[in-house]
Amino acid sequence: MATQSHDVEALIKKRYEHGFHTDIETDTVPPGLDEDVICLISNKKHEPDWLLQWRLEAFRAWQKMKTPTWQHIKHAPIDYQAISYYSAPKSKDDAPQSLDEVDPKLLETYEKLGIPLHEQKMLAGVAVDAVFDSVSVATTFKEKLHEAGVIFCSFSEAVQNHPDLVKQYLGSVVPQGDNFFAALNSAVFTDGSFVYIPKGVKCPMELSTYFRINAMNTGQFERTLIVADEGSQVSYLEGCTAPQRDENQLHAAVVELVALDDANIKYSTVQNWYPGDENGVGGIYNFVTKRGDARGNNSRISWTQVETGSAITWKYPSCILRGDNSVGEFYSVAVTSNWQQADTGTKMIHLGKNTKSTIVSKGISAMHGDQAYRGLVRIAPTATNARNYTQCDSLLMGDQCGAHTFPYMEVRNNSAKVEHEATTSKIGEDQLFYCRSRGITEEDAVNMIVNGFCKDVFKELPMEFAVEAQKLLGVTLEGAVG
Amino acid sequence: MNAVVNNPVEHFQSEYARLIGELDNDPLRDERKAALERFAATGLPTKKVEAWKYTDVQPIAKRHFNTTQAAPPIDVGQVDAVRFGDLDCHELVFVNGRFNAQLSRLGDTASGISIRSLAAALADSDSGIGARLGHCLGENTHAFTELNTAFLQDGAVIEVARGVQVDKPIVLLYLDTATDTPTACHPRTFVSLGENAAATLVESFAGLDDSSENLTNQVTEIDLADNARLDHYKIVQGGGKNFHIGSINARQARDSRLESHSLALGGNLTRTDINTRLEAEGATVILNGLYMVDGKQHVDHHTRVDHLVPHTNSVETYRGVLNGNSRAVFNGKVYVHRDAQKTDAQQSNANLLLSKTAEVDTKPELEIYADDVKCSHGATVGQLDEDALFYLRSRAIDESTAGSLLTYAFASEVVAQIKLAPIRERLEHIVLDKLPQTEQIGEFV
Repeated sequence: MATQSHDVEALIKKRYEHGFHTDIETDTVPPGLDEDVICLISNKKHEPDWLLQWRLEAFRAWQKMKTPTWQHIKHAPIDYQAISYYSAPKSKDDAPQSLDEVDPKLLETYEKLGIPLHEQKMLAGVAVDAVFDSVSVATTFKEKLHEAGVIFCSFSEAVQNHPDLVKQYLGSVVPQGDNFFAALNSAVFTDGSFVYIPKGVKCPMELSTYFRINAMNTGQFERTLIVADEGSQVSYLEGCTAPQRDENQLHAAVVELVALDDANIKYSTVQNWYPGDENGVGGIYNFVTKRGDARGNNSRISWTQVETGSAITWKYPSCILRGDNSVGEFYSVAVTSNWQQADTGTKMIHLGKNTKSTIVSKGISAMHGDQAYRGLVRIAPTATNARNYTQCDSLLMGDQCGAHTFPYMEVRNNSAKVEHEATTSKIGEDQLFYCRSRGITEEDAVNMIVNGFCKDVFKELPMEFAVEAQKLLGVTLEGAVG
Repeated sequence: MNAVVNNPVEHFQSEYARLIGELDNDPLRDERKAALERFAATGLPTKKVEAWKYTDVQPIAKRHFNTTQAAPPIDVGQVDAVRFGDLDCHELVFVNGRFNAQLSRLGDTASGISIRSLAAALADSDSGIGARLGHCLGENTHAFTELNTAFLQDGAVIEVARGVQVDKPIVLLYLDTATDTPTACHPRTFVSLGENAAATLVESFAGLDDSSENLTNQVTEIDLADNARLDHYKIVQGGGKNFHIGSINARQARDSRLESHSLALGGNLTRTDINTRLEAEGATVILNGLYMVDGKQHVDHHTRVDHLVPHTNSVETYRGVLNGNSRAVFNGKVYVHRDAQKTDAQQSNANLLLSKTAEVDTKPELEIYADDVKCSHGATVGQLDEDALFYLRSRAIDESTAGSLLTYAFASEVVAQIKLAPIRERLEHIVLDKLPQTEQIGEFV
């Protein structure tokens, strides 16, 4: 065991693989936030006046709000005046028309991350709207999507080219004053992704965005809006990595999903932002508001997330099951290691008849990691025959970690069936022994057991993501056992 | 009532001033003052306080409860009606929170067993009870507990010496009867069992009048020494307009065992907090609960088990049956502290909704800071099993009887855990009486 823990130390000290910093000239506004900064952001992005007013409304609402304190996480107070709210690579001004025109340094960055855009066109069949800091630099496969009638572009482009759609749906799921961080995001969001799937269209490929935080001191405020019109289908992937730095960075994104009648949205996330070093210094604060509105009858929204990164993860991808027969799903794997903290879960608000929701949450806590599942299942009086099944399991590794479960169930209709179960345990000694006795190293055995523990969630991920997620889990937990 | 005081804090402060003037030689003077100050700092909880999110105490805040009004006399027949049949017991009867010696049937107690009213213990300067009260209150008390400390005047003190097994169950019968204006009482029960001692304690709260709008704000403290064993029953069957706020606070030493049964079967608003601290290895707590509410009744259970050291166990089973416009709240928390390895904690809460307008808010919580533990919890909300109903109907049992039968079976899982036969039988009757078609199902059970 002594040698084991020696290895463990070596492994813990392993540097964050994606921790590098690309040196690009950025067009950054000085730190601070007031109405002028918001006007400046809006102006730089050539936004219509209604959007500026919308931002200002959000800002005024935000000023009246207090930082929430109910969550089970600890961090130093955030100085919102010390953050720079806009940063864009300079080269945006003469926007690249094709990949060849993209800043080679950027391409290099992506290559280091293992997503060479050149190859992507040929290989994966995945359209990537890569967000580098706050402005999208390259969008591929536009034409193919265009043929299908699918709109997939950066948020800024959507504001310019599809203002009616943006105006109709922006803030309709997460209103400006929804919560502290959503209000902040609504005031200062710089870019993000916009997806519109027209009636009856099945999106011909998986849509994907790689987010990446780069310039120092720039909080990243992404805004994603996905609208699936009647009878359409889309699967959206979101994945994140960030370079290493010492200062905590705030990331307050908002994701809104709208599913109309018979529409189907699947939203998958692999989040692997910088979690801070082994002493808990640095790392990203990931405070995100994600909500889907299953507005139409027979619609379906499915969230799948693998959260391995960030110093603090705080998010509750939720579903409002408004349409009759609508379905909401939430599958989550959250890993906290070293000094990471996570307070995550979901809300399922059942409003329509025969609505169904499934929640499967798997939490893994190692070393000083601390995580909480916090979930709400609300069955409104109108939700006749609603059904919910919730399972949340925690796996504990090491005697300094913590795992907590705070499920809320509010049932106001007697035809509802709501079930919740949760377990907390450590890796079984007998399972480990069984694997070891068959010549499997302890590290591999733990990996196998943990992957088995998470299988219910991984099987919901698109194939390429599932592979990545398994690898990520292995890397994240390296050194956590011993 | 002199000047109209709208603010509940001011009201209780003025009541306090009145009370303190009537007490002389009060051993709790400092504790009362400090508790009232803590209460004044927070006031009554609002729905913004997490622990009171689903329970609105506005009806309590709005009423100006008198704390010193004497209860009208009641006769023995009324007491007999709420007694547990022919249960042979040491019985103390309280009317509106004050001990009533005439109605009580304490009987002889063996040596090593001391059962007396708190008022008597406080009046006896040798008892030292003043210094011991509050010993079992942890950090998780709420504003009502502070009020209890500030206003307590009576209740029971039960002390059992080491190695002594109490021969008969101890029954505390708290009766509530209507007064001219709403009255609040703040009784306190203090139980202390020495090493290897064992006892059974029943605290029964019964409302004699459906018109009474009184508040009972009660606190029980339980101190269990090594290997002590206490079976505790709390039965709340208030009158239709009664308010009951109660808490049970226990500290458990090595290998001690607390079995708590909480049954909430009536009253306008009933809230019970159960906090137990497992402070040494081998301590075990069993929490059973049943709530059956109807009409506009509101019942709330908050339980918290603190596993402070390795090798402690808890098992919790709560069930609820809701009808009419009633609302039930359950919040069960298991807190496994750092290093409390080998903790075994299980918790389950099941709810049966019988009407369209009933509401359940349940929240089973786990907070765990150790890794070698086995913790699980489950919660369900649902209806009667359709297959089971069909089975019974196919055997010529009408729908309403079949429903009652299945509901009874659901509730009896908790009632069946009650070891004292006279109490169990009485509760079975109470449960049956709440169901339609009682006569028919009487044949089956």
